[in-house]
Order: sequence, then C-alpha cells, then structure tokens
Amino acid sequence: MTLGFYPGCSLKGSSREYAESVLAVAKAFDIHLEEIKDWNCCGATAAHNMNKELSLALPARILSLAEKQGLTEIVVPCAACYSRLTVTKHELSENPALKAVVTEANDLAYTGSVSILNIVQMLDKYIIPNLEGRVVKPFDHKVACYYGCLLVRPHEILKFDREEDPQSLDALMLKAGATPIDWAFKTECCGAGLSVSRTSSVGRLSGKIIGDAKDRGAEAIIVACPMCHSNLDMRRDAINAYLGEKVDIPVLYITQAIGLAIGLDRKALGLQRHFVKVSV
Amino acid sequence: MSKIGVFVCHCGENISSTVDCEKVAATVGKYDGVAFSVDYKYMCSDPGQSIIKSAIAEKGLTGVVVAACSPRMHEPTFRKVCAEAGLNPYMCEMANLREHCSWVHEKGEATTEKAIDLVRILVEKVKYNQSLSSIKVPVTKTALVIGGGIAGIQASLDIANTGHKVILIEKDPSIGGHMSQLSETFPTLDCSQCILTPRMVEVAQHPNITLYTYAELESLEGFIGNFKARIRKKSKSLDEKLCTGCGLCTTKCPTKKIPSEFNEGLGNRTAIYVPFPQAVPNKPVIDRIHCTYYTKGKCRICEKVCPTGAIRFDQEDQIIEVEVGAIVVATGFAVKQPDFFPEYGYGKYADVITGLQFERLASASGPTLGEIRRPSDGKIPEKIVFLACAGSRDPAKGIPYCSKICCMYIAKHAMLYQHKVHSGKSYVFYMDIRAGGKMYEEFVRRAIEDDGVNYIRGRVSKIYEKNGKLIVNGVDTLLNAMPVEIEADMVVLATAGVANEGAEELAQKLHISYDPYKFFAEAHPKLKPVETNTGGIFLAGACQAPRDIPESVAMASGAAVKVAGLFSQDELTREPIIAVVNRQAAPVYSSCVGCFLCVSACPYQAIEKEEIKNRNGEVIKSIAKVNPGLCQGCGTCVAFCRTKSIDIQGYTHEQMYTEVMALLNEY
Repeated sequence: MTLGFYPGCSLKGSSREYAESVLAVAKAFDIHLEEIKDWNCCGATAAHNMNKELSLALPARILSLAEKQGLTEIVVPCAACYSRLTVTKHELSENPALKAVVTEANDLAYTGSVSILNIVQMLDKYIIPNLEGRVVKPFDHKVACYYGCLLVRPHEILKFDREEDPQSLDALMLKAGATPIDWAFKTECCGAGLSVSRTSSVGRLSGKIIGDAKDRGAEAIIVACPMCHSNLDMRRDAINAYLGEKVDIPVLYITQAIGLAIGLDRKALGLQRHFVKVSV
Repeated sequence: MSKIGVFVCHCGENISSTVDCEKVAATVGKYDGVAFSVDYKYMCSDPGQSIIKSAIAEKGLTGVVVAACSPRMHEPTFRKVCAEAGLNPYMCEMANLREHCSWVHEKGEATTEKAIDLVRILVEKVKYNQSLSSIKVPVTKTALVIGGGIAGIQASLDIANTGHKVILIEKDPSIGGHMSQLSETFPTLDCSQCILTPRMVEVAQHPNITLYTYAELESLEGFIGNFKARIRKKSKSLDEKLCTGCGLCTTKCPTKKIPSEFNEGLGNRTAIYVPFPQAVPNKPVIDRIHCTYYTKGKCRICEKVCPTGAIRFDQEDQIIEVEVGAIVVATGFAVKQPDFFPEYGYGKYADVITGLQFERLASASGPTLGEIRRPSDGKIPEKIVFLACAGSRDPAKGIPYCSKICCMYIAKHAMLYQHKVHSGKSYVFYMDIRAGGKMYEEFVRRAIEDDGVNYIRGRVSKIYEKNGKLIVNGVDTLLNAMPVEIEADMVVLATAGVANEGAEELAQKLHISYDPYKFFAEAHPKLKPVETNTGGIFLAGACQAPRDIPESVAMASGAAVKVAGLFSQDELTREPIIAVVNRQAAPVYSSCVGCFLCVSACPYQAIEKEEIKNRNGEVIKSIAKVNPGLCQGCGTCVAFCRTKSIDIQGYTHEQMYTEVMALLNEY
C-alpha cells in the first residue's frame, strides 16, 4: 500500500536516521511512503509567532500539494511538523475566512480532505496489527518513553493520547518487547529551539530529563521528534556537564527501536549516526 | 362596550431608549374599546399606580393593560392596584415590552411597531377576560428537609422551633454531613464536632422532628402546601427499637478492611458499622455490598453476638409516604478526587491528598488521632505543600468558578500543621487569597505572619515522586515567574467543590432547576437566594453553590423563615388559572361527551368523572370534572379534548384566537 510522506527539513538533515528508519520499517511491512512533491517548510517554529496567515499558509500549501497528488493519508514523523499541519487543518476548518485568505495566497485548492498521521498513529494503524511473529529480537530493555511538548499538545486540537501522562509510545514499546518505566519527565521541555542559541539552557532542561531516566534505571530513551533527539543526543556534553557525570544512555527513535526488534540492519536504521553510541 | 385603559411604562430608560412609548400610547389609544391610554416613566411607582387607580375610577375602566416588564416581576403589583380600585384583578393583563421587545431589539420604527403589536393583542384579549377569583388550598404544616448536614440540621431546628413538624431525611447512616468530618473551623479554630454535635443531638431529641437516616427521596408529587413525598428507608438490617447501640457487633465483625467514607478512605471500617463515634443515631447499619453474609452467604457473627437480637438480615427497604407543605433541599456538595488531576499524578501517590482528607488527619477522631502523619508510611511530614485552586477557577478543567472555601481552609490547615509540627515547613501555592468575611483576612495574615506559613503566588504545573519525596514544580509569579521546586513529604490539594453525584436526578424529581455545574438554582441571584422556581421548595447550603459554614447556616435559617411564613397561613391563595369543563343548561349539561381522554392525559391526576343525575338519582350523563385543588393549569387536557369542552381560565380558546387575529388583522 501507499501512504503520503512529508519529511520536513529535519528528516533531510540533522535527523536523516529518523527518515531512514521510518522508510525501512515501512518497507518491511510493504508500505510505500510517497514523498509529497515540491514540499516546503512547515513554518515551525518561528512562523506562528510572527505572522498567523503565513504560519497557516505554509502547512496549507503542503496539504494542498498532497491533495493534488491524490494522497488521502500522509505520514508526518516530525512532531513539530505534525503539530503545524494538524493545527492548520483545524484552524482552516473552523475559520472559512482564513481558509479563503490562505487559498488565495497559495493559489492552490485546499479542501482539508487529507488525514494526517504522526509516527505513533502510523505504527499503531499499519504496523502493530501485523507485528505478530515479526519480532525476532525483542527490544528487551528498560526504556523511558519521552514525548516532548508537541506530540500530544494541544489536546483540544490533536485529540491524541493523554496530555499530562501520555501512554502511546509506552504501549508500542511494550509490543516490541521492552519494559517501559513510569517516570516523571515524559512531557517536560527539552529546550527545543534553544539548541543552537542557548546550549547551556538545553543542558539544564534536557539534563533533568536524562537524569530522571537514569535514576529510574532506563537503558534507552525512546523519542518521536527530531528536536527532542538532537537535544538529548547531540547536546549530551552540555547535559553531562550539568549532571556532573558521564551518562551514556542512548536515545532512539521509536522506528529505530521497532526496526531493531524486527531484525532490520543497524545501518539501515541509521544507528551509526548518533552522537551517543547506541550500545543496546 | 369595553372600556380599556392602556398604561405604557418607560421603565426609566429600559423601554424608552429603544421604543417610542409616547407613540405606543397614542396609537393604541385610538383603537376600539380603548377608553384611556397614557405613558409614564415608572408605572410601578406610587404615582404610576395612582394614574391607574384614578383612571379606573374616573373612566369606569372594564379592563387594564399595563405595557411594561415581564409579568413575573410586576403582575402581582398591577393586579393589586386594580383590585384596590374596585376592578377584578384578573381583568388586568401585562404586555411585556421590556424582555420581549426593548431589551432585545435596536432602537427604531420596527421596534416601536412590535411594541404596538404586543399591546394590541393584549387589548383584544382583555376584552374577553372574565372576572375570576383566586382558589384557596389548605396547607400541610409539615416540612420535609432533605440532607442532614449543618444546613439541613439548622433548617430543621429553626422550623421545628416555630412549632411546626419537620421530617428530616439523610442518605447516610448518621446526620452531621461534611461538618462532622472537619477538625477545626475557621476563623476561630474551635473544634467542629464540639459545636456541631449538640445540634445533632437536639435534632434527634426534638419533639417536632422525625429523623430518617439511611433514607432518600424516592419521588415527589403535588405542589406548594400539598406535596406528597415517597421516601425510601434503606434497610439497615437492624431492628432499631431493639438495638441499644452497645457496639458489640461492630467490634466482632470480621470484615474490617473497608475504606471508611467518614475518614475519606484514610482509615477502615467494618461491614456493620457506625460511621463515627458521635453519630446520630448511634446505631449501626450493615453495608450489604461488603458484608460476608450478603456476599458469600456465611458469617452472621453480628447476629450471634447481639445481646438484644436486633440484627435483621431479611429486612427490606421500606417506602413510606408523607404529606408535607414545604421542602428544604440541603443536600450539600462533594469534592473532586485527586484522580481528576493527571498533572498531580492521577491519584497514584498516596501522599497527595485532598483537603477533606487532611481534615481527617488533623481531627482527634481521625485515623491518626489528630497527629499529622502521611498516609503512605505514617511518618510525620517535615515539608508540606498546599495547592489552592486544584480544579477551581480552571476553565480547561470545566470548573471556571471559585470554590470559595479553600483559601480559608488552606490557611487553617497550614496553621494546624504548624501548631502540631513545630519544626515543619509549610508552603501554600495560591492564585489570589480570597478572604472576604468577618475576621477572615486577619486569619490568613495570622497564618502567614504568626505561624510562618510560606505563601507562594503561582501555580503548580506538576507533582512527581522521586526517592520517597514528592517533587512539586511550580512558579513564583511575584518573583518574575521564577520556577520553584519543593521536595515535599506530603501535598494537600484544595480540590474543587462540586455538586453531589445524583444532584441532577434529585433536581428532576423535585422539579427544580439547576445550573450548568449541577448546583441547584435559586429563584433570583440577589433577591431570592433561598427560593427555587418551584413554589414551596427552598434551598440551604452548598447544594446551591460552594458555601462555608456561616453562610450555610444563614441560608438554612433564611429557608426556615420562608417555610414558617408559608405555614403561618391556614390557606394558600392560588391563581385561578386552571382548567374547567364547560357546563350548560339542561338538556345538554355540557358539551363534554365523556370520552375521558383528558383523564389519561392529565399529569396531575386532577380530572375525575362526574355523574349528572336527575331528581330520581338516575345517571343522565357522565362528564369530566377538574379538581381545582390539584389542577396546575398546564393545558394538556385542553389540547386533548376533542369537543373543545375544556378551557383554561384566563387563556380560553376565545382569548387565544382573538390574540392571533389581533396580530393578523390590519389596524
């Protein structure tokens, strides 16, 4: 089967391994991910603070292109892209006047017919039902599932999982043979957009997350967002400086962990691209 | 020929700012049958009333139309004016120019035109009005009080002390309500039980009060002065006359691990139990859901040990029917439980408790005998955090209102903690301190200044457990939104006060209205705070909105006075707006053909069969007859009647038709 695919900028750059693992897992289950042609920036994270119409027009163009391409369901692995696209779809369905403005700006038809799946929803809908018998190497580790800020918020719009104590990643990891731990930092801020501008703040914020996961015995941290990943993985030096010790718990994308469980090649999943060595 | 007077009121500017009142009066004055028409600034004022009175006298008016506000406000006023001037009060009609016209439309021609239409239909209607006289109904001088908390207790005692009978029903095994659970009370720190239990005993011993505990309202029929209530006395599995309250059964009961409702789950009780030592009545009930005999068919130990043979396993619920003239609803409130708060751990941390649970910890009769010990391991907490507005004032949680009592009880809790644990540290996270009340602000200042409670203005985003501590993440908004993290041993949530489970159902049984939060609605937010929209049913305490003890008691006394006022009359006057079956001269007698569809349609069982007999006592005809004491004037029978033999007085077919024609005809 074929699903639409919107990679966004991260999956083409700093988190190439996320894209690689998403595509590899999809392929293993005979799902063809068809990239939206001529896609553009989703507007995260700055546009919605600068110009409302622009922040809606950018994602709307992506959705219009998907419609034009005949796609009815698109997979959006990046949590920030997922948030922008879903919020846009919601706003435009609520506000016909804005929809008119945006349609005119893009000069592209927009009906709002495309449904948007985040990576958890995609796995839940198309992979998990067929997982039985495919887990050859159970991911037998204690894992801390980290959701970050965008995957489950705002609940009124996304209507996905529980806002304060989400469970969907935990449920997926349980299926992959892991033991998810109950911990306190599932939705705390990682520092997100401060990764470049204020590394020390990221060290402190992400440090608390890594510190709690370590204290509760996590052997791996599972994420579904490129921004979370880069802060928890790439900024590990700043984190360790904050914690005052060397913590080497690896950070895996959910698709990488599932890929390992179904026996995919480590290189195909891009595990070698991480800053913190994936020893699990 | 009718001589109708029309009196158009400006209602200050309420009507005249959008309706041209002068034009209304002038236009209507030209209609057939209108003998007098005038506009005036305040028709309800003394001078306004005088205008009506003198017009009736001077012009010999046969009908009056007052074009002013809703008849709910001033119909009684203007009917009284007419009666004083010698005109039958039911010859007066009101056109609602304010709510139905001026308040809801912009200023303009069309608005004035609509006002004229509204007046005209009443002018045409009043031409067909008949003189009516009000109906007298007897009053049953017994009150039913629902709920035996402090509000119900106060209302019962106040009514009983005026010499009237009271039936008090309470759903739990004992009266006392939430107040009996409290340790100390603000702003005086006197013991709650010490001031409450004398009242509880007084209720039980009062010759005018009949107390049914473990009892609930099953259904209610009737109307003001004449209610019939069916009460379900839940089976206590006990012969109360034989039971001496010795308590042997409760000490021997082998099922001991049932979370005690009275202790808010912080202690256990047995299956046969008295909820607390000062319970009234101090006699046990068997909780059939947990009792081993009822669940497994074996045990009966209580029966064996009872020295008077009072246990009755086969006792069934009993339904009793009582006649009462007035009802006071005092069913109280509930508090949200910690599982309502995902950010505070979904209720999974034993040491995150509610304010009501803290009351039990601080109470001498509580599970820790008044020592502040945390539920998880019984340790005395060295650091305790109180969270105000847990749920309250939070539209995202569906509770935008202020629960009102929390600011005060949190100050009290922190103070009690500091008095009992001298080395302890207490923190209060708050949004605003709402301490409006006599000696209330002083009380809060005392907590802060004398007892050293740390007040932090800000909210808490998250609580999580780490290494046996509860990590409280909050913010201090007075320190430029500085994040605050406190490692606490115990957290007390001032959870929102909400309506009781089942409040909606009870309101529907009573035919009273309720607000979106399921609190019962008062008849007027300012001027009728204890009345409901249903005559003869009054409200007291926190079933109407979150209330503290002084307010609940004041409300209860207010409701009691309303009941006493009602009972001071031997007869109630009722509006004669009821259905009547027409009667004519022989040999027709009535156009009613005796199909009695109306009998089955009537929701109030107010229609019966009447046999018309000749002089020899032989039945000539059977027709329907309306009992004026029972009829509520709903009009259902009118719609059902196939021969149009029933009319509602004051709203006859003829009058309705005339009103419609007045709108359709050109004038």
